[in-house]
Amino acid sequence: MSASTPFALLANATSILWAEVPTWPAAEFICATAAELKRGARLCAWFGLPDGSGTCLVAVLAFDADNTLAVGRSEPFSGSYPALTLLHPQAHLFEREVWEQHGLTPEGHPWLKPVRRTSGNAPANGEFFRVHGSEVHEVAVGPVHAGIIEPGHFRFQCAGEEVLFLEIALGYQHRGVEEALAGGPHRATMSQMETAAGDTTIAHATAYATVMEALAGTEAPLHAQWLRAMALELERLANHAGDIGALANDVAFLPTSSACGRIRGEFLNLTALICGNRFGRGLVRPGGCGQDLEPGRGAQLIERLETALAEAEQAVAWFWEAASVRARFENVGTVFPAQAASIGLVGPAARACGLVRDVRYDHPAAWHRFAQAPVAVWPSGDVFARARVRSLEMQRSGEYLREQVAAPAEGDLRSELAPPAPNTFAVALVEGWRGEVCHAAVSDDAGRFRRYKIIDPSFHNWSGLALALRGAAISDFPICNKSFNLSYCGFDL
Amino acid sequence: MFVLDTIAHRLKRGCETMAYPSGPAPALPDRHGGALKVDAAQCADGCDACMPVCPTQAITRPAGKSVALDLGRCIFCAACVEVCPQKAITQTGDHRMAARRREDLVLGESGHEQIRLAEALDKKLRQLFGRSLRLRQVSAGGCGACEADTNVLGTIGWDLGRFGIQFVASPRHADGLLITGCISRNMELALKKTWDAVPEPKIVIAVGACAIAGGPFIGNPEIRNGAASVVPIDLYIPGCPPHPLTTLDGLLRLLDRVEEKPHKSRGGA
Repeated sequence: MSASTPFALLANATSILWAEVPTWPAAEFICATAAELKRGARLCAWFGLPDGSGTCLVAVLAFDADNTLAVGRSEPFSGSYPALTLLHPQAHLFEREVWEQHGLTPEGHPWLKPVRRTSGNAPANGEFFRVHGSEVHEVAVGPVHAGIIEPGHFRFQCAGEEVLFLEIALGYQHRGVEEALAGGPHRATMSQMETAAGDTTIAHATAYATVMEALAGTEAPLHAQWLRAMALELERLANHAGDIGALANDVAFLPTSSACGRIRGEFLNLTALICGNRFGRGLVRPGGCGQDLEPGRGAQLIERLETALAEAEQAVAWFWEAASVRARFENVGTVFPAQAASIGLVGPAARACGLVRDVRYDHPAAWHRFAQAPVAVWPSGDVFARARVRSLEMQRSGEYLREQVAAPAEGDLRSELAPPAPNTFAVALVEGWRGEVCHAAVSDDAGRFRRYKIIDPSFHNWSGLALALRGAAISDFPICNKSFNLSYCGFDL
Repeated sequence: MFVLDTIAHRLKRGCETMAYPSGPAPALPDRHGGALKVDAAQCADGCDACMPVCPTQAITRPAGKSVALDLGRCIFCAACVEVCPQKAITQTGDHRMAARRREDLVLGESGHEQIRLAEALDKKLRQLFGRSLRLRQVSAGGCGACEADTNVLGTIGWDLGRFGIQFVASPRHADGLLITGCISRNMELALKKTWDAVPEPKIVIAVGACAIAGGPFIGNPEIRNGAASVVPIDLYIPGCPPHPLTTLDGLLRLLDRVEEKPHKSRGGA
């Protein structure tokens, strides 16, 4: 299918010359993109690139079934263009973002308002969607929430207990991550990538390192690819264990909640065993890895991993055996497969709607070309499915780690990188624990970043949470929210 | 059956809370490194190898003065430790890093090679908070790691509740704030309002390099380079993120609930 596309094809973790990216006038570019999305492509990235007095629009598409990515762009222009969102809702936040960052107006966009722009000392949220009626009431939550959690604002339109509409307003965590990358990489860039979403350090750091390697026309040594792939699964295990514990807590099922809180820490400690930091800071570096997993350390890792996996298995089994837990999760917060595809969900949230979407499988790069875990899918789209997919992924990540630690790739841990190629476009997708992490870069004449775009999976998935709440009881918001557990800072950047 | 199985399993596990602080502290990961120690007297003349490798510009050398490393800005990447030809910057392996004053985190000068660890609150506040400290957590531009490792203190392994320390849902119920994040401008108003809502007397704890000085994002126009620009800080806990043990030590230190021991040092230094 992808063979006939007018877009330029490229594999994950590779680059092409910017001049070779096909270009259309704006309106035709929208039509071309819409046509590809209609044929089943997915919008991985959509961003603006200032060029002369105007801005180019750039689209990165994924043809999952064909295991290939595609890129195209518009000629530089200013003013407005026909909104892609009208045909493909998965573009709606991307178009708001481009409008906010570059002033290009998507004509006909149904809900054009800021994404994260500052207005004084708070985000410019704009007007909220209102439902009118004598029985309708509004509930506002946040930005400061009740637990130890990042800030965001939720605005519910309710009729009694029923949520008619939920609008999610973010931007509170905006730190200027992308802005700081212009002209980079800079001295602080690597640490900024590691903290773009701090619970996804390995995935974001790997995506960034991969972009730098693609711009240098090379890849990391196999030994480093092997180590990165394992660290990615440890990150997944820690977060999935934490999420299952949090879900158990929210339905007052304390045995699993208590156990998972501690088991999560055990998985974090395994990452710290490799690199000293529980979140993997310092492990992934452009050109390879900062620390190694030597055979003795590997043996220690496996021993502790087996204990943690066995405990996790037990804690999760209690959870699934309890009818009271299943009853609270089934048919709550359902997102239907057609909705999920239309808004472009990724990661476990998409797989819990029966969509087979996993970068490790669809767009294997680095070590995933040689070793893959089976994709975990569940069809029902509810809180149960999102919890179920996590528990399946924990088993598969555990199995993957067992196999990989036993069969290390020989070779160097790190190689010296050539300077980034000038005027080149590079893209890297990594399946983080929340889903697809996408980094794309365009270099300038000197090989510095002319534009660097980061898409955290949360950018795609917050709309999924809003849809899951439609028609649900407001008291089910906590379990719906936990079942997605999205990043605020990864979205706000 | 299910209920009996669950109870039996629970009994078999017993108490999973660590012995610390009455028993030994859990070991830090061997590659963690702990707090840094800077002996500027060791620096070679004209050497500034450490300064350009620091991602957060935590190391400076003011004209005519010796090298100064600000542990409040430090993200503990250890790049400076690796490049220092004189071994003037070393890792101590010590988890204790909390300080009461911002300047106590600046290392280098003679007598100031290591952190001046936090003293307890004054007697009046200790009487108020020593056995019951309720904190409201505010993340303002945090990446989620400081938040996660603060949350960990509530799990059964650490059980912060046994010290009478608890995180509460409303600032009205709190004795103070625990702040994470570099203070995004977009959170400034919310943070100020939350602080205003905490009744007097109140304390503020800044956790992590971001909350102390902006962390990896220091200097970005979208942030305020740490919480001190918005609220007064009573305790600084460095790290990126701080190990839960470092945070716990800081909290207990503030409440005068740890036995003082001398600084640790690695390699006999």
